[in-house]
Amino acid sequence: MTALESTAKLKARFGDLISEPSEFRGEITVQLADAERVTEVCSFAKKELGFDYLVDVSSLDNYGEDPRWTIVYHLRSLGSGAELRIKTDVSEEKSELPTIIGVWRSANWHEREIYDMMGIRFRGHPDLRRILMWEGYPYFPLRKDFPLAGKPTRIPEVAFTQTAPLEGGPFVTAPGGKDAIEREPRVRTPEA
Amino acid sequence: MATVQDIEIRDPAARVSGAVEELRDMQGEKMVLNMGPSHPATHGVLRIVLELDGEVITKADPDVGYLHRGDEKIAENMTYTQFIPYTDRLDYLAPLANNVAYALAVEKALGIEKALPPRCQYIRVMCCELARISAHLLGLGAFAMDVGAITVFLYVFTEREKIYNLCESLTGARFTTSYTRIGGVSRDLPPGWTDQCRQFLKEFAVTLNECETLLTRNRIWVDRTRDVGFISKEMAIDYGLSGPNLRGSGVEYDLRKNQPYLCYPDLEFDIPIGSVGDCYDRYLVRMEEMRQSVRILHQCLDKIPGGADNQTKEPVNVADGKIVLPSKDRVLSGMEDLIHQFILVTQGMNVPPGEIYFGHENPKGELGFYINSRGGGTPYRMKIRSPSFVNLSILSALMPGHMMSDTVVILGSLDFVMGECDR
Repeated sequence: MTALESTAKLKARFGDLISEPSEFRGEITVQLADAERVTEVCSFAKKELGFDYLVDVSSLDNYGEDPRWTIVYHLRSLGSGAELRIKTDVSEEKSELPTIIGVWRSANWHEREIYDMMGIRFRGHPDLRRILMWEGYPYFPLRKDFPLAGKPTRIPEVAFTQTAPLEGGPFVTAPGGKDAIEREPRVRTPEA
Repeated sequence: MATVQDIEIRDPAARVSGAVEELRDMQGEKMVLNMGPSHPATHGVLRIVLELDGEVITKADPDVGYLHRGDEKIAENMTYTQFIPYTDRLDYLAPLANNVAYALAVEKALGIEKALPPRCQYIRVMCCELARISAHLLGLGAFAMDVGAITVFLYVFTEREKIYNLCESLTGARFTTSYTRIGGVSRDLPPGWTDQCRQFLKEFAVTLNECETLLTRNRIWVDRTRDVGFISKEMAIDYGLSGPNLRGSGVEYDLRKNQPYLCYPDLEFDIPIGSVGDCYDRYLVRMEEMRQSVRILHQCLDKIPGGADNQTKEPVNVADGKIVLPSKDRVLSGMEDLIHQFILVTQGMNVPPGEIYFGHENPKGELGFYINSRGGGTPYRMKIRSPSFVNLSILSALMPGHMMSDTVVILGSLDFVMGECDR
C-alpha cells in the first residue's frame, strides 16, 4: 500500500478530521484536526494500514501564531517501505495531548524529549520526566522565545547555567533590519 | 588438530522467563546501584540506575543528557553550511557518515539530490563505508575489551589508524572531517588516495579474519554473549531500533537497500541479519557488515567515474552557483560569481518553504534529519533523529532478568555513542 492509498483509507475512516494529503519532495503529509484523537488515528494506521514502525516524533514552535505547537509523527511501514507524516496542532493554553506510547513503545523517549525541550505534556505518559536537561531545570530551551545564549539558572548542589558570550560569533544575516545587531539572529533575544 | 565443535544454543525466550521464575522464588532485599556517567563500559557519559536483587537486575533506568549541547537550537540560528561542523560531533566515531547524511537531507529539501554528479556520489559512498568500518571496529574493540578480550582492541585500533590516515589525506582532518558541502564535497580525491585505500582494504581483510578467529568461536566470548540481551523481532520494531541492532533481531531492513540513495542501487552488497537476536548475533551482523563495506569499497574504487586521478575532469559539485560556492579564480574575475559568493556566505542558500525527513543508514542505525524550512538560509526547525537515542530507550525493558555482569555485554552489543544520543 502506498502512502497515498493509506491517506485515502485514513480519510474514509476519520472523514474531515484528516486533511487532504499534501506532497513535498515525494513525501506525503496529512494534518489531523483534533489532537485528542491522535492515539486512535495512530493505532488505526498501525493495525489497519501496516505502519508498524514509528520513525520519529518531533515538535514545532510556531511562535507568534495560534495554535502555537505542532507535533509531527513520522510513520513507516517496514513491509512496503511507505512513509507517512501526520501533523497535529496544539494550542499554547492547552499544551497537552494524549500519548501514543500504547501504540509504539518507542514513543516513550520521543515524547519525553518534546516535553523537555518544548514543554508540551503528553497525557497518560507513564514517566513524563525531563530527559536531556536535568530535573528541576526551569525553562524549555527549544522554544523560539528562549534565547540562544541561554538564561542563568542555579540549583544548589545540582547544576547551574550562565549565559554564553555570543559577541563576534559566526554571523548570519537575515534580510531587512537596521544594523548588524538587528539582523543577527544569534544576538536576538525575543523576550527582552 | 582440534576438531570444530557444535555450540549448543538454548532457546533465549525460555532463558529469560526462567530467570524471572527463579527470581520470584528468592526475592530478597533490593539494592540500588548507580552505574556511570563516568564508567568505562558506558562508552561515554551514560548513567544507568540499576536495582539489583543479589546479582540479578530487577529494574534499570537509563539517564541520558550529560552531553547535551543543544545542536537543534544551534541549527535554527545559522546557515545550512555553517552547521556542517556540528554534524561531525554527533556520532563522533563516524563523522564522515554524518556529513553525508546531513548534506543529503539539505539537498533533499533543495530538491537537487538527483542532480548530484556521479563522481560525488561515489566519493560519498566511499566515505560512508569507511566510516562504517571505522565505527564498527571501535564498537567491536570496546565490546570485546569490556568482555575481557583486550587483544582485539589493539588489533582494531591499528586498522582505525589507517582509516584516520585516509581521512586526513582526503579531508585534511583526522577526526572532525566536515568534508561534505551542500551540493557536493569540499574537494576531489587527492592523488594516490585510491591506491592507499586499496592497500588498506587488503591489510584490513587480514586483520578482520584474525579478529574473527580470536572471537567468533572463542568459548568465553560465546558463553558471555550467547542468549544474553535477547531482543525479539517484534520488540525491536516496537522500540524503533535501527541499523545492526534491528537487523540482529532478524528484521531485514537497511535504508541503503530499502530506500536507496546515492549510487547504492548500482552496487552489489548483501544485508546480513541475525537469526536469534542476542548479543552474539549483533556481533556477527557487524562483522559481516564490515566485509560487505569492503566489498562496496572495492566496487567504488573500480567504478568511480573519472578514475583515480579524474583525468576526464568529472565534476564533484552540483553546477549551481546559488548552492555551491564558485571557485576562487571565478569569484575574482566574474561579476555573477562574485554576487553568488557574497549571497552564499552572508545569507546562505535559499531553501524553499516545506518540510522533509531524510533517513541515512549510519553505522549506528538510522540518522534522520527533519528539516522544516520557511524559506531563506536557516532552517525554521531541525530535528535530529539519532539512532543511539532511540536504541538506548530499549534498555529499561531489556536489562531486567539479566545478571549484573551482563550489563557491559548488552551495552557493548548495542553499540551507541553519547554525542549523538544527547545531541
